[in-house]
Amino acid sequence: MSAGLGLQVGTLARRSALRTLRQPAMVIPALFFPLLLLAVNSGGLQETTRLPGFPTDRYLDFVLAVCFVQGGLFAANSAGTNMASDVETGFISRLALTPLRRAALLVGQLAGVVALGLIQAATFLIAGLLAGAGIEAGVGGALTITALSLLISLGFGGIGAFVALRTGSGEAVQGIFPLMFAGLFLSSMALPRDLIESDWFRVVATWNPVSYMLEGIRSLVITGWDAEALALGFGCAGGVALISLAGASSALRTRMVRT
Amino acid sequence: MTAGTRHVAFAVGWRGAHNYFTNPANIIPGLLFPLFFFTAFAGGLSRVSSIPGFDYGTNYTAFVYGFVLLQASAFGGTFTGFSIASDFESGFARRLMLAAPNHNGIIVGYWLTGLARAVFTIAIVTVVALAAGMDVVGGGLDLLGLFTLALLVNAAATLFGSGVAMRLRSMQAGPAMQVPVFLALFLAPVWVPYDLLTGWVHAAATLNPVTRFLETERGFLAGEPTHVGLAFLLAAGLVLAAAAWARGGLRSAQRAA
Repeated sequence: MSAGLGLQVGTLARRSALRTLRQPAMVIPALFFPLLLLAVNSGGLQETTRLPGFPTDRYLDFVLAVCFVQGGLFAANSAGTNMASDVETGFISRLALTPLRRAALLVGQLAGVVALGLIQAATFLIAGLLAGAGIEAGVGGALTITALSLLISLGFGGIGAFVALRTGSGEAVQGIFPLMFAGLFLSSMALPRDLIESDWFRVVATWNPVSYMLEGIRSLVITGWDAEALALGFGCAGGVALISLAGASSALRTRMVRT
Repeated sequence: MTAGTRHVAFAVGWRGAHNYFTNPANIIPGLLFPLFFFTAFAGGLSRVSSIPGFDYGTNYTAFVYGFVLLQASAFGGTFTGFSIASDFESGFARRLMLAAPNHNGIIVGYWLTGLARAVFTIAIVTVVALAAGMDVVGGGLDLLGLFTLALLVNAAATLFGSGVAMRLRSMQAGPAMQVPVFLALFLAPVWVPYDLLTGWVHAAATLNPVTRFLETERGFLAGEPTHVGLAFLLAAGLVLAAAAWARGGLRSAQRAA
């Protein structure tokens, strides 16, 4: 990266991170709701560990992974809302008049999502450990979970940014939130795929990349180092990140031409 | 109810229902969430009914429907609260208070809006549940009890949302309406019967009135009514408390108008 590009990215990244972290309405729900779901699920579904073939006897260990992916959904909302606000207020239009590079704008704008993702990952790990979860893969596993969680946040953040740049509307960004929530619910979020009774649901969960993101994190918590689960988890999260950022970059090009 | 109250109530109720049914952006979120939950729980968690001690008189789809019915009712009320907040932000509510001869009718009107939203959402969710194989064992009287209790929960949620919206008069009041309802719904036996809950969720569910509502709703569906008197008494108490809360909100809005 050249010094000029580095400065551009750094300036926008600082703005994006500070802007996200200064909005309690963005940070608090992104931490509160995943933790609430963790608390409710771990007490409400503990008895499912008695099902034959369930991989652990502590549902908390099983459901901890959901926090990280759900946190990623909030990242999408945060990135999209901030980007849409920049479109609506004309900030992007003014930037288009400067020699700023497109890549710098996109990477810089997503820094807020990464900062939020880091806070989320640390909070969820600490909360999980305090509640009694154990991470089978140890400290290295915790660091790998953080890395995968950031990649998931970046991928979902890219989707939010794509929608915001494509539509220029904060309402449209809010509108995709339920759809992304459906992506989480139609996965192996609550039960392992082989224990899902309903055929159509198992098929949907098998095709849903969110299942593999969850299973990648879950493998580090429950079984230790599982190369296949990690490859699938990082592969799916990386694939979503790549596609969404490519889409966002293309939408940004169109928007900067329009302005 | 006086003629003045009735007149204002029907006008406000009609406007709210018209705005709701003519704007997909209002209909979709209220419909999608219960349907997501129903699909995810009934489809993804049906194996849970094989857990030892899971004792329910009909299938897991009906068990989940009992929860989703309450969720649809309560969220119908909460989303009506959002509309009221929006009316205050746009200045419509201020003009309404200047024009309406009877302010109590405004609350009744918003309750009618919440009722219309809930009836619509419940109808859709019920059709989907029946199509998905929900087995209803309860008879006509049970079903009457099932839907009456759901609509009482809707009334309590709408009046609670009205009270918050009229006090804060901003869309930023959204979390203050949504979070308590969300917490009350989920700190109950959502996926498994009460006896199978563990830890602090079990303790929270013991104190949570929604637990009684859920058990009663599920009892009606299974044709084995449970705690009916207690559930209706609690629901009526909640409606009365929420009505007093909404009346307080109205007074606050009157002072600010």
